[in-house]
Amino acid sequence: MNGKPYIREIPVFSWYLGRKRDIHHMLNEVSSLFIGSYALLLLWGLKALSEGEAAYSLFLQGLTSPVSIGLHWLMLAFTLLHSISWFSVTPKAMPVQIGENFLPGYFIAAGHYVAWFCISLFILYIGGVFSYG
Amino acid sequence: MARSNKPLVWSLFAAGGTVAALVVPALVIITLSAGYGHPPSSLGYQTIHAFAAGWLGKVILFGIIALCLWHAAHRMRTALHGLGLRADKLVALVGYSVAGIGTLLTIFYLLRV
Repeated sequence: MNGKPYIREIPVFSWYLGRKRDIHHMLNEVSSLFIGSYALLLLWGLKALSEGEAAYSLFLQGLTSPVSIGLHWLMLAFTLLHSISWFSVTPKAMPVQIGENFLPGYFIAAGHYVAWFCISLFILYIGGVFSYG
Repeated sequence: MARSNKPLVWSLFAAGGTVAALVVPALVIITLSAGYGHPPSSLGYQTIHAFAAGWLGKVILFGIIALCLWHAAHRMRTALHGLGLRADKLVALVGYSVAGIGTLLTIFYLLRV
């Protein structure tokens, strides 16, 4: 023993770039930044709505800015990633036991994906996205 | 046993993650389509105002905004820790403060619609 412990240097802001699994993990963590941004965007819209029609149409106009559109595409990409990976771990987060056996994990994940698909279709339908002429 | 806010924060994180996973991509598509200059019918002032004026609409909007804020605050905290930032108390204070103030503002504006 020479009394000098070995300390492995870990690069602070880039350690996760080496392995696919770590990159995926970090992208999933970063998705929350875009979910939070979208919540703040909704809050901003709600504020405008509470101030009346003029303020609200300014908000709608703000959505057409290039910054808003760019941010929206990023938010769409990251929230899709969040949904896909969030539901993929549901079999581990909420295993279903039937008698002695456990329901196969893919049934649980598939159930969530189907629910997500149906809810999304419903929101897009009542949201009026399909009713463009 | 020491009291901990962990279960509360974690359940908000998990509920927020589930709500975000189920509804946010579809909502992003709706506001994105408004960004191209043709807001869908649901985003018209009369329609969205009527939605937010009813109690069901208020509950839905509150649930989505507040839970997404708490989810993001908690996950950004773990993300920054994972990146190597060792200022957890400050990060937690800032993140949860934003989520808390955002939650209160959501209630405030919903009550004014």
